[in-house]
Amino acid sequence: MLLVAENLVLSRGGRTVIGGLSLRLGNGEALLLTGANGTGKTTLLLALAGLLSPASGEIRIENEGDDREPGELCHYVGHLDGIKPHLTVAENLAFWAAYLECDTSEGDGERLSAALNKFELAALADIPAGYLSAGQKRRLALSRLAAAHRPLWLLDEPTVSLDTASVALLVDAVKAHCANGGITIAATHLPLAFENAKEIRLGLQESAA
Amino acid sequence: MSAFFTLVARDLKLAVRQGGALGTALGFYLIVVAMLPLGLGADLNLLSRIAPGVLWIALLLSALLSLGRVFESDFEDGSLDVLATGPLPLELIAAAKALAHWISTSVPLALLAPVLGILLNLKLVAYPMLVATMLIGTPAVSFIGAIGAALTLRARRGGLLIALLVLPLYVPTLVFGIAAISAMLGPDDVAAPLLILTAISLGATVLGPVAAAAALRTQMQ
Repeated sequence: MLLVAENLVLSRGGRTVIGGLSLRLGNGEALLLTGANGTGKTTLLLALAGLLSPASGEIRIENEGDDREPGELCHYVGHLDGIKPHLTVAENLAFWAAYLECDTSEGDGERLSAALNKFELAALADIPAGYLSAGQKRRLALSRLAAAHRPLWLLDEPTVSLDTASVALLVDAVKAHCANGGITIAATHLPLAFENAKEIRLGLQESAA
Repeated sequence: MSAFFTLVARDLKLAVRQGGALGTALGFYLIVVAMLPLGLGADLNLLSRIAPGVLWIALLLSALLSLGRVFESDFEDGSLDVLATGPLPLELIAAAKALAHWISTSVPLALLAPVLGILLNLKLVAYPMLVATMLIGTPAVSFIGAIGAALTLRARRGGLLIALLVLPLYVPTLVFGIAAISAMLGPDDVAAPLLILTAISLGATVLGPVAAAAALRTQMQ
């Protein structure tokens, strides 16, 4: 699988945020997006997830025998966690797994408990998600990554409100994902220790651009 | 298709857990209808003549109360972005959420209507038709309402705006819903208004999600 973006121009509110960015990522590659506030990290991730249409340029996935859009192949974990406070931790995760996973044939229950264990949420499984702390909510949002299999992970500042141990859990999950041939793109301000990760440093666009 | 029903089931579960939206809608419906005889006086003939119209209009207003939340809560907590990366196109996401609104709000309101009919001295022969027109007509209420909910997604306190956008679109449903009940009480043919009401609901079920998805696309940019 190859994720390709060519001459991508993205604008928010009439202002060009990213002007002419190209990237190619193959199986097992990780990419870190860094840069100051307002340089378009989130905008780029939104566009890659298919949530924002580019002003010009193209995003596509080259994958033999599969013509799905990038949006259908990606996990998008944004600033907001997408958690319903009235559902329990396990119910939140079960919903996203069932919704995002196109083939629900495989052992669902095991995969869910494995995902909860991976981000150390198993003890909280039956608690309504509204009672979780900010870091626990973030871990629940990240556990979506493990609960439903998707080859492209788009993480927008995934370490916000995570403690050091949880960041290590995330790094392990990303390493395992890339070792299995997945692609990870993460916007971050922390130096995340992904293996042989590329880095794109985004800068502010000149207003004339 | 399983993703569609997964989403409907989650919305219904949330509606049951939260409870407030349905309770507010039912309570509002009860109070509006109960206050009317107090305002108009105990003229039983007058009340039974205006009962179908009052029950329908109060139902539309009650349904409006919860329409604002159809997409708003998912938009605020980031769920809508994740839903959009799922296997369903936005049209089906909008349809699933409108369907969940219909089941969790509109159907209970329609089932409460005959109880409130007693307060208004509605004639006994009209009760089956009252419930029938409301069950047939309310899909249009939820699916057209979804358009308004999608359009006002980013407008804080968009509740009144939804009413302005959506109530005019409810006019055909209201007219033919009342016409069917009146026909039951008078000499007219019942089939014609009932069939038109059905057609409006079917049309809204198809067109509502398409329009709502188009509105969501511009709002999410």
